Amino acid sequence: MSVAVLIEHREGHVSRPSLEALTLARTLGEPVAVWLGDAPTADAVAQLGEYGATEVRVAAVGADARLPAKAAAAVAAATEDATVVVVISTFANKEIVTRLAVLTGAGVVVDAAGAELVEGKVETTQTVFAATWNVRTRIDAERAIVGVRPNTTQASPAASPVEPNVVDIAVELPETRETVVSVEPIPQADGVALDEAPVVVSGGRGTGGDYSLIQDFAELLGGAVGASRDATDEGWISHEHMVGQTGTTVTPALYVACGISGAVHHRGGMQASGTIVAINMDPDAPIFEISDFGVVGSLFDVIPQAIERIAAHRAG
Amino acid sequence: MRILVTVKHTPDLQSNRSFTEGTVTRTAEDGSMNELDENAVEAALQLVEAAGEGEVYALTVGGPDAVAAVRKALQLGAHHAIHVSDAAIAGSDVFGTAKVIAAAVRKVHDEAPLDLVITGMAALDGLTSMLPTALAAELDWSQLTLASGLTVADGEATIVRHLPDARETVSAPLPAVVSVTDEANKPRYPNFKLIMAARKAEVATWSLADLGVDASAVGAGAARTTVVDASERPPRENRVKITDTGEGGNALADFLIEKGLA
Repeated sequence: MSVAVLIEHREGHVSRPSLEALTLARTLGEPVAVWLGDAPTADAVAQLGEYGATEVRVAAVGADARLPAKAAAAVAAATEDATVVVVISTFANKEIVTRLAVLTGAGVVVDAAGAELVEGKVETTQTVFAATWNVRTRIDAERAIVGVRPNTTQASPAASPVEPNVVDIAVELPETRETVVSVEPIPQADGVALDEAPVVVSGGRGTGGDYSLIQDFAELLGGAVGASRDATDEGWISHEHMVGQTGTTVTPALYVACGISGAVHHRGGMQASGTIVAINMDPDAPIFEISDFGVVGSLFDVIPQAIERIAAHRAG
Repeated sequence: MRILVTVKHTPDLQSNRSFTEGTVTRTAEDGSMNELDENAVEAALQLVEAAGEGEVYALTVGGPDAVAAVRKALQLGAHHAIHVSDAAIAGSDVFGTAKVIAAAVRKVHDEAPLDLVITGMAALDGLTSMLPTALAAELDWSQLTLASGLTVADGEATIVRHLPDARETVSAPLPAVVSVTDEANKPRYPNFKLIMAARKAEVATWSLADLGVDASAVGAGAARTTVVDASERPPRENRVKITDTGEGGNALADFLIEKGLA
């Protein structure tokens, strides 16, 4: 089974979800990596080989490949022989794979938590309805595209690393009706990206706009800072931090909701997290319906005490 | 300005959502217009109001209960409603659904040209966000998706889209398929007059034959994927809830340490 993985990279670095996707792809067949943009560094190529990529296919496309139709054409050119294409399930990639499926006739599942081969067909698992249901889907078409969510596969290097061949893919990008007028980069937040973070500490209305404790706690736990829609609407913290159905969907091993009531839109974006901790003044807050450990109280009391105890524990 | 808005009948988020034979259970009691489609209706109404002329068509595809979605759009101010319903559509994947919607869009467009199709950013049941792209490809119209801002001038639409790594501005000639996010606007509430009018308003009902779509090209038979199993996840076990009486932070720390999470 020939499996191609679309690699996400920023400033030359391979994203952690891409390594997870390569790990998953190894269970389906022999993966090749597809790289859009400026050629990868030797380090990046070595890392892709470490995770099992036998080949790195580079399509040196520019900023106009931000348009889904153009990006899809580049991916199509690089994956002509692939029976399975694996991508990270981001908003941008969902559009690219939709276009790719229109070009190739592939069947698509996005937001998958896993994939395996069953009698020669790819079957995926997803959680839906704010992670209250499990769904298994079979891709019947001859070609399969799977969009996987970050943090659903534990990234692990291949038993023996390979030295991938780097292959340049010539792509003639199609004319499109759309034009990219401008691209204003959003600086990468310090530390881990929200959707990739193994721990997310989120603050909501209960912070009153003061995120210093949330940041401290996130830093201590090696996590990223999230927020509820209320908080981003108030302008307390930027939109990139919003966890929810229409913001970022997160599935960390640990999710800590501080001063977040747990409206259904928020829960839809975090309910599949491993362990859920909630701190809220309101004992009836819906977040407590899904928390593994809930503290009814003020985050301004609870977090500093927890930080102190954990720090003391670590100091031994 | 002539705009068609696609709206979807989805189960209420607060209801007990479930699957029946591999598809989402939809009932009249627990269903309504997908909340994110309110932003699409609002965007269309605002453009027509700003232009001082024009019409908004609301279109839905689905079984008999789905008509509730277009009635809701009428309550918000849409001028016309279309309900595409045909037993052969059941079980369609996104590509089949896009074919049906595209055929309906063309039927309206052929009567008098449309400028835009506007959709919500996702349906809150499936949340795949794939339909707008599939529809733009099917129609071969401009694709302007995930817009948090939308302007239309001189035969061109321009959107701002907010992705994790960058804010993009993208423009394209009309006609275009635009999907709007929940940040694009603040949807209005239906007013009494429109609620009363929507009750009596005529909803055009079209079948696949009316659209000239071959039944074998859509539905479960043509779908590229099949749901083979759907089951409710077990609730979380051994859940603990304490009230902070001075030791809450310590208890939380102990929990995290014991779990190996801190």
